Amino acid sequence: MTYQEKKSIVTLFSTILIFVLYCLYMYPKYPGESADITEVFHYWGSFVLVLTLVSIVAHIIISIAFNVFFRVTTGEKEPAFEDELDKLIRLKSIRVSFAVFVIGFLLAMGSLVLDYPSKVMFMILIASGFASDVTGSLSRLYHYRRGV
Amino acid sequence: MGKNLVGNHIRKLRFNNNEMTQQQLADKVGVTRQTIVALEKGNYSPSLELAFRIAHAFGLPLEEVFFYGEENANS
Repeated sequence: MTYQEKKSIVTLFSTILIFVLYCLYMYPKYPGESADITEVFHYWGSFVLVLTLVSIVAHIIISIAFNVFFRVTTGEKEPAFEDELDKLIRLKSIRVSFAVFVIGFLLAMGSLVLDYPSKVMFMILIASGFASDVTGSLSRLYHYRRGV
Repeated sequence: MGKNLVGNHIRKLRFNNNEMTQQQLADKVGVTRQTIVALEKGNYSPSLELAFRIAHAFGLPLEEVFFYGEENANS
């Protein structure tokens, strides 16, 4: 298995792990149905912002740890540049993840139109962000394994 | 995903050029080894620029390294 394939798998699992752990951490802190609307919005706002920061930092740490582990175990250096195949695969995976996020965004807006509670909209939005990350990694892995 | 119709003789040419490794060819033409692997497997059709660079690396015209056609690609 190549460096890029291994990295896609690590990214996929770290995305899932970070999201699940973060949701488990934040779930008990939900203000509840009877809470003030500003309190609920504050909760969801902080949920998204902190998740963004946490996942950026965690991905950087995991990426560094993976590169060190890769060098030690294989004795190879990770590719220092991105060539035309890498760029093409990155573009394709961004297109897939963008499409997934847009579908999620439209569903979230649709939930508001159908008078669902605002928490449904936030949950769909956050879930679509997660799904877009996962599909992006899966698409990258697929193209590295099966070609473009 | 279907196989690309652009085939190549890179593996054979590497062997005939002092058993050049995939990494050596990759370094010569400025791509990663993964790209050379994908080309040899027929999983990727290179850009015209990369195809020319590979042909130059072997000192051959383009059509002696790459070929086009379903029949050839299957062979």
